[in-house]
Amino acid sequence: MVTRALRWLARLPLHVILIAAAVVWMIPTVGLFISSLRPPDAVMRTGWWTVFTHPFDFTQFTLQNYIDILTAQGMGRAFLNSLIITIPATIIPISVAAFAAYAFAWMDFRGRDALFGIVVGLMVVPLQMTLIPLLKVYNHLGLAGTYLGVWLAHTGYGLPFAVYLLRNFFGALPRDLLESAYLDGASDFTAFFRLVLPLSIPALASLAIFQFLWVWNDLLVALIYLGGTEKVAPLTLKLSSLINSLGQNWHLLTAAAFVSMAFPLVVFLALQRYFVRGILAGSVKG
Amino acid sequence: MHWRKSWVAWLYLAPALLIVTAYLVYPTLATLYYSFLDAHGQQFVGLENYKWVFTSSAMHVAFRNNLLWIVVFTSATVGLGLVLAVMADRVRYESLVKSAIFLPMAISFVGAGVIWLFMYAYRPANVPQIGVLNAIWVNVFHHDPVGWLTNRSINNFALIAVGVWIWTGFNMVILSAAYKNIPKELLEAARVDGATEWTIFWKIVLPLMKPTLAVVVTTMIINVLKVFDIVYVMTNGNYGTEVMANRMYKEMFHYYNFGRASAIAVVLLLAIIPVMLVNNRRFREQEAQ
Repeated sequence: MVTRALRWLARLPLHVILIAAAVVWMIPTVGLFISSLRPPDAVMRTGWWTVFTHPFDFTQFTLQNYIDILTAQGMGRAFLNSLIITIPATIIPISVAAFAAYAFAWMDFRGRDALFGIVVGLMVVPLQMTLIPLLKVYNHLGLAGTYLGVWLAHTGYGLPFAVYLLRNFFGALPRDLLESAYLDGASDFTAFFRLVLPLSIPALASLAIFQFLWVWNDLLVALIYLGGTEKVAPLTLKLSSLINSLGQNWHLLTAAAFVSMAFPLVVFLALQRYFVRGILAGSVKG
Repeated sequence: MHWRKSWVAWLYLAPALLIVTAYLVYPTLATLYYSFLDAHGQQFVGLENYKWVFTSSAMHVAFRNNLLWIVVFTSATVGLGLVLAVMADRVRYESLVKSAIFLPMAISFVGAGVIWLFMYAYRPANVPQIGVLNAIWVNVFHHDPVGWLTNRSINNFALIAVGVWIWTGFNMVILSAAYKNIPKELLEAARVDGATEWTIFWKIVLPLMKPTLAVVVTTMIINVLKVFDIVYVMTNGNYGTEVMANRMYKEMFHYYNFGRASAIAVVLLLAIIPVMLVNNRRFREQEAQ
């Protein structure tokens, strides 16, 4: 009995530190969420934590901030733009990368390993290195301010990592399985679509979540290639301009920030397992 | 295996090779070229832009801050990630704690920027504080409210804290997986031999996790060299918080000096290359284990 109590006491600091860390990590997001539900004068007058003085008084909350931000402030349009940008910018690079990764893993051609090394080595190139020349080309071709321009840019930036991750996964599939498929007369096309892709769903899912979060949360690419074009601006771009225009209107800013976070948070919480797996498979993203 | 059909392989590779050539190879070479030209990309100016990069006071501030980010951000995210990974392994609600720490990874830097602008909100001393930091500072410690983002002695740390909040979970997840890979019999044997938990951590756990630690440290350094969003959103590089990537953006869009902006990008690339090489080597070692 006594030893048990002692052991529990010895472990107390462990629990205190862990729970404190979790709480500290949650506070900023919780504070944002609560503030986004409070009327403007309350947000400006008192701290958000004061709602806990009468936690069951639901009249202190309102959805008006969300209505304002989605309609009058244009976050609704920005949400749509984020979807229009993110979905193709996730699908295109993964499809392109899958074909290349299959060739690198299961086809024989001159200079294969060197070429793979070069493609993966391009992960070292920071976005910043590409902005000026690409913007010049985009202005010339009229791709600046278009969805197509952003889809292709995200494809280019995401490819080295995607090829790397998929090549490793495809390459680790059982050799016998593919060899026997080839012997049975399966073409590369059949082997790729009927064997390799279905067996690689976990890797494709991890990659999709990565790329999705990367694109959805991206500011720099949108800022450079969509810069001045309000009607195609995604949530991040819209939110960063609201920070300047709304200033101290915290009730609106917090609601806008939460709108930009809601979708990735849901995806993340639902598919956390795949995300973790993706991180562990390749912890280097350019 | 498929030598005769090697043209098929090139068909599979073509889209990927075309896109990386257009979006990574060509622009990299072009930026390298622009870095030797003047602001408008017309006259050859030799090393003028690089001279500016290494001698101007604006760039000195940026270099200093990037260095500060590298040291403080990297040690904080890796240190906290490691401690939390090891500690969480010992409790039953491990996954809950880890989710809480990991959650900010899903939030954009812009979103995190708003969250923390609000955390750091400043109100004059005579009205109630609405930002958590100043509320604690004023009500618990009885000091005057602080401009966390404008006070030059602390604002860089305030920005770094946002980065730490976002990235600690990433390191924790990787380090936690590495920690769980250590054979538990090894630790048990040490305990039986009378080693304290402290000794076990320093003499057994840490050495075994070294390759993974090297991977996360280098990954964090690469991240931090490129840090942009947090600074752009929260201070826009004002009050002495500028970093390389932010300065490059300003040279591009405020001063339209493409020569200088290109030179900054090249320096950024040159700084990343050695770190990436170490990262790759260690990553392969870790894989081999």
